[in-house]
Amino acid sequence: MFIIGERINGMFRSVARAIRDRDAAAIADLARRQVSAGANALDLNTGPTGDDPAEVMTWLVQTVQDAVEVTLSLDSPRPAVIEAGLRACRGRAVINSTTGAAEKLDALLPLAVQFNAGLIALTIDERGIPRNAEARAEIALTIVARAMEAGLPTDRLYLDPIVLPVSAVQGQGPEALNAIPSFLALCEPMPHIVVGLSNVSQGAPNRGLINRTFLTMAMAMGLDAAILDPLDQELMDALRTASVLLNREIYCDNYLQVRTA
Amino acid sequence: MTVELVRETWPGKIFTVTIGATASEGGTRARTVTVGGHAALPFLPGDAPSPNRPVVAMEVMDAVPQDWPDALKSQLGDVMGAPADWARKCVEAYGAELICLRLNSPHPDWKDASPDAAVATVRSVLEAVPVPLIILGCGHADKDNEVWPRVAEATRGERCLMGVATPENYKTLVVSCLADGHLVLAESPIDVNIQKQLSILITEMGISPDRIVLHPGNASLGYGLEYEYSIMERIRIAGLQGDKMLAQPMLTLSGEESWKAKEAKLPEAAQPVWGSEARRGPAWEAITATSFLHAGADILVLMHPEAAAAARRAIADLSAAAATA
Repeated sequence: MFIIGERINGMFRSVARAIRDRDAAAIADLARRQVSAGANALDLNTGPTGDDPAEVMTWLVQTVQDAVEVTLSLDSPRPAVIEAGLRACRGRAVINSTTGAAEKLDALLPLAVQFNAGLIALTIDERGIPRNAEARAEIALTIVARAMEAGLPTDRLYLDPIVLPVSAVQGQGPEALNAIPSFLALCEPMPHIVVGLSNVSQGAPNRGLINRTFLTMAMAMGLDAAILDPLDQELMDALRTASVLLNREIYCDNYLQVRTA
Repeated sequence: MTVELVRETWPGKIFTVTIGATASEGGTRARTVTVGGHAALPFLPGDAPSPNRPVVAMEVMDAVPQDWPDALKSQLGDVMGAPADWARKCVEAYGAELICLRLNSPHPDWKDASPDAAVATVRSVLEAVPVPLIILGCGHADKDNEVWPRVAEATRGERCLMGVATPENYKTLVVSCLADGHLVLAESPIDVNIQKQLSILITEMGISPDRIVLHPGNASLGYGLEYEYSIMERIRIAGLQGDKMLAQPMLTLSGEESWKAKEAKLPEAAQPVWGSEARRGPAWEAITATSFLHAGADILVLMHPEAAAAARRAIADLSAAAATA
């Protein structure tokens, strides 16, 4: 599993404070803790900020890559902010994210190609959120076709089947899950499948239980990447156990004792 | 029509392990041996080229079994009982890149030799050859636990590969290796799950995963070769997929195991259609060892000089073929 740690996000109050004060030590600490908990990549999101978000993204990239050597997921709705992050990034990067909307693809596909980056693509478009698995697959096909035209290898695509809160739209859970196998059949090499996991439990109590249950179900359908909280140890234990049960990782009696698979 | 090679890339990498230490590194070896570092399965043209080719070690024993095959005695009879001379002959006459010294004598059912005697043997071999050492115990847990700390201390800083650690008996060996700067040879009974578990147990004691070499059991041609082969292959693939507890270089004791086979040692007189045992035995050993090369073996421990020579030729040919494609 490709684990993208979600904690460096300006939507969290402590991170917003660290960004405002340019507290590099606090950001570096959060980066190191997530990586030692098993994150393969770190999501960086400036959140709402009074400063120039491109400048904040640049600072986040520099601060994090001075602390850890992992892939950076540059998370912004604004292509200019993502580009600033890509320019500052010394290692591998993933763009988070495009959608199936032409305007987004036009802006972000060239950046992914130019900077040799991965690209997370949400299967939504100008029409909004698709109502079922088939509609998701249709948007996924558009994204894959555009990626091929642009020269982005399809194994650098991370297709997101759009996970919605179970407390609000319960019927969408199985639609997102059922979309996964159809995404995998779209192209060779296969795209990666990613979800923003925490969204599934928005507004519900027992968030951890809902997150880890959904994660293991999605893994069984073919999910191989997730944006999640690696500091949630029960979640990480469930992830490791699902990897073992799916024969993606070799079993041994004490497999949970190793944090980095 | 040209055939397009399938090129495979892997997210993980096999650890690079260096055996032996020169004077500037705190040891006395004239040269060191580095294995591992692979980013792909072995000898595949087009995939990531391996920085370190497999190596041939030759086994030296401080005491030889009574029923040791004649084909081995005919080659090594002059140095049996003199481990230092044996080791020197392996390096100077047969080109061994490493010496694997097996301390049989301390076994209570063998000679019950003292730890002091074992230390003296190790010292004499260390002085006799310029190459790095692999040092194996006698397999009797209590006795090994008396001998290992003494041998580790006497060879401090030489960065020997010491073994074997098993799930039933690893703590004393690991502590000794930690204290005196050696490497651990971790052995499973041809079992990928136990091999992984053992790596976890060993690293939990504080030794880093790049100071371990894996020994996934013993088998030979006709006697379980395919089991060990497939386990080694699974280990290597898991390591390349990113499982750090299985991402170590691997060793096989092909000499010892091959000569247990009756097909290797039965005299021609007893089975005329099998032909001369002087050729058949080394061939059995060489085929066993070179088969494991394809599964990812990094260190082949061999006994017969002709088997060692054949293995070295196979390594050279396979490496050259992979490099030119």
